[in-house]
Amino acid sequence: MVTRRGSTSTRLGLSVFAALMLSGCGGANDAVSFTARSANQAQRINLATVDAPDRYGLGQPATRAEIEAWDIDVMPDGTGLPPGEGTAETGATVYARQCASCHGPEGEGGSGEALVGLIPGGGAPFGPTYEDWRGDLDDVPFTIGNYWPYATTLFDYINRAMPSAAPGSLNTDQVYGLVAWLLVKNGIIPEDAVMNAETLPQVMMPARNLFVPNNRDGGPEVK
Amino acid sequence: MKRHLSRRDLLAGAVGTAAIGSFWTETGAQSVDTTTHQGEPASELGSRSSHERPKRAPTRTRTTSRTPLQDLHGTITPADLHFERHHGGVPDVDPNAYRLLIHGMVERPTIFTLDDLKQFPATSRIHFLECSGNFGGRNAEPETTPQNVCGMTSQSEWTGVALARLLQEVGASPDATWFLAEGQDAAVMTRSVPLEKAWDDAMIAYAQNGEALRPAQGYPARLLLPGWEGNTNIKWLRRIKVAERPFMTREETSKYTDPLADGTARQFSFVVDARSIITSPSYPEIIQPGWVEIRGIAWSGRGRLARVDVSTDGGQSWQAARLQEPVLPKAHVRFRHLWNWDGSETDVMSRAVDETGYMQPSREALLAARGRRSRQYHLNPVTGWTVRPDGRVFYKQEPRW
Repeated sequence: MVTRRGSTSTRLGLSVFAALMLSGCGGANDAVSFTARSANQAQRINLATVDAPDRYGLGQPATRAEIEAWDIDVMPDGTGLPPGEGTAETGATVYARQCASCHGPEGEGGSGEALVGLIPGGGAPFGPTYEDWRGDLDDVPFTIGNYWPYATTLFDYINRAMPSAAPGSLNTDQVYGLVAWLLVKNGIIPEDAVMNAETLPQVMMPARNLFVPNNRDGGPEVK
Repeated sequence: MKRHLSRRDLLAGAVGTAAIGSFWTETGAQSVDTTTHQGEPASELGSRSSHERPKRAPTRTRTTSRTPLQDLHGTITPADLHFERHHGGVPDVDPNAYRLLIHGMVERPTIFTLDDLKQFPATSRIHFLECSGNFGGRNAEPETTPQNVCGMTSQSEWTGVALARLLQEVGASPDATWFLAEGQDAAVMTRSVPLEKAWDDAMIAYAQNGEALRPAQGYPARLLLPGWEGNTNIKWLRRIKVAERPFMTREETSKYTDPLADGTARQFSFVVDARSIITSPSYPEIIQPGWVEIRGIAWSGRGRLARVDVSTDGGQSWQAARLQEPVLPKAHVRFRHLWNWDGSETDVMSRAVDETGYMQPSREALLAARGRRSRQYHLNPVTGWTVRPDGRVFYKQEPRW
């Protein structure tokens, strides 16, 4: 089973020889070839570079193994998702044991935040539909169903930080299962959908197009 | 309480107790005449006077604590009073085992030890840090202190290495535009940061007010992004991954974004807008008619403050307060304004104006611009204190929102 958050006991003291051999075959997982930074970019560096060298020769080359031990992030296109899979059925068991005590049996929230709930107007699986909603619309909780723009973020976050009493304790299949359960409960994927590195990036979240870039840039206008 | 002992109090106390070499203080505690015996010897570690007990105010869940702004007189926050906001508790990191990995779109993926970081040319800067959720004034009771209105802002002198220098060392790709910063706390906290900030003024800080960082501020090393919302300044920094797009982490999508009135939500809203708070007079002070110096702090994440205005008539008129030099960019500035209080009820308020022309807005202006769903992050409304005729001071009440 893949370690969920990277080994914390990674040996960092490999010989320089081994490190050079490994870094020579790629090093970073983003294989980018480039030669020298442009003069333009160098000028932008806010450093006193008059008598400063380009490099100080500090630090040790990171080996592929060292990078892989910590490189746990997952991007919206699925980059970083590990092998493995899960469904709402497998996730339900994990959820009941690991998550329900804080987030409620159906994800309705408790001492932990609410996880389940659609966009107002689309109804909520655990409560009254929006048409019947008598409360303050502005107080509808932000949930995975109505506010998370990317399904991959669920995998990334659960994998790195949950459950809060034992973060890092879930294996890959358990995380995929939890993601599937949460997406099913929010009415986003069919009940029998299998979540894995191929399918998860294809899930279109209801809040996918909700977000706009920052426009707060100073000046007299309040934004 | 900030009442001062009057000369008459002192004389009365001294006359009554002079014979036994002590007198009664305002609080009723008997105070020894310190001139008649030797005081405490020198010690390895200093401590506050036993008469001074400033305290942070932790919240119920203990994921945050707030700086007692009303107890401070300058602009530097004592390190043990720096506010806290953590997402997975405060880890105990062994500095000898500490490693910082920089990888991704770089020529030479590299691991730095703490000693490595300290060997690079160092830089020191004075900057505030403020949590994006630093507004406790919404629907707050009259009995609310400055600490609870906005005590999640603190200021330190930070020392460390410019992130640009590290990126130069590892050979960051000219095509890269973002980087991921990751902590080694239980949340393995992450944020995506535009690389431009690294080329501008980002640093990896290992010292705070001249000594090693406090654990709650990221010991042994943290990211510091001057003027940017607190959570992007990743503490206990263990990894920087250089990339060409943001990673869309939980903290920059479902959290720390601003839902707007038009149904959209603003993302990557990094910079802290101008803000101010009067720290005296404030609840629970009691003031007397006559000359009162109104004091407070103001700051902007966009640069220097242009001025701070103070109103003593509930916002009908404003006067420019005096700013204590030096007025540093992206830093707390202390402002003061002398006021001759006539004893009638009024509201005292402050508003900061920064060098971009941005003026700290009213609550109504923020609501008009963003709508009611955006009441959690990046709130910087003008706030004030109501002074009652009996001299008691309370947090100025607003309609519920």
